[in-house]
Amino acid sequence: MANPRVSIQAHDFDVSAEIARLRAGDGGVGAVCSFIGTVRDRSDGRQVSAMELEHYPGMTEKSIEAMIDAAHQRFDIRAARVIHRVGPLMPQDQIVLVAVSSAHRGESFQACEFLMDYLKTEAPFWKKENTPEGARWVDARVTDDAAMARWGPAAT
Amino acid sequence: MSGPITVQLRFFASVREAVGTGGESLSTPAATASDLRDELIARGGGWAVSLARGKAVRVALDQRMLQDEHTPLTDGCEVAFFPPVTGG
Repeated sequence: MANPRVSIQAHDFDVSAEIARLRAGDGGVGAVCSFIGTVRDRSDGRQVSAMELEHYPGMTEKSIEAMIDAAHQRFDIRAARVIHRVGPLMPQDQIVLVAVSSAHRGESFQACEFLMDYLKTEAPFWKKENTPEGARWVDARVTDDAAMARWGPAAT
Repeated sequence: MSGPITVQLRFFASVREAVGTGGESLSTPAATASDLRDELIARGGGWAVSLARGKAVRVALDQRMLQDEHTPLTDGCEVAFFPPVTGG
């Protein structure tokens, strides 16, 4: 039974358990790289008391699956796992996990960043923050587009 | 001549809030996603504001991000309008 590569879920995740599953039974793995995104309590100078994450069910899963396929074509990696939470989140909560295994560290470092840059610019998620001035949708960052662009046009 | 097609519309985030619905089924003469966007803008109000030309709006056709709004639509397709994504 294959482990799922992509999970979109409201509940939290256990990084140790996910990494253990990612490399279980694969003696070829010599490196695992992971990134965990968390909720900040400040954003653009305002206090954030809570956050709501919306997504496009169906497209979200398909688009991340496609990007993991692209990561496998581009980098010599053994396996990849992406978990993204949706719904209400609080400051300090974990939002996203990207974990990649490979024989040597270079490939998993790069693939992890590639997947994260993709998630930031192409996966259909939207954050809405609660601040003392009311709720507001988070604006997309130009720096995220620049980060994605360095992987070249083939990335999307 | 091709007649009107039925399109499944989806709206997300700030666009969803501005137009007041998460989606609808629409019979439309639109040939492309761009035509469809113009048709929705013509409804005025929150439609005109959130989908206005010059505003950063992303479009997905059958759950794939569109790079070119002039891509032809097909009967029964799903078209989504939303702001630039902010996950991760």
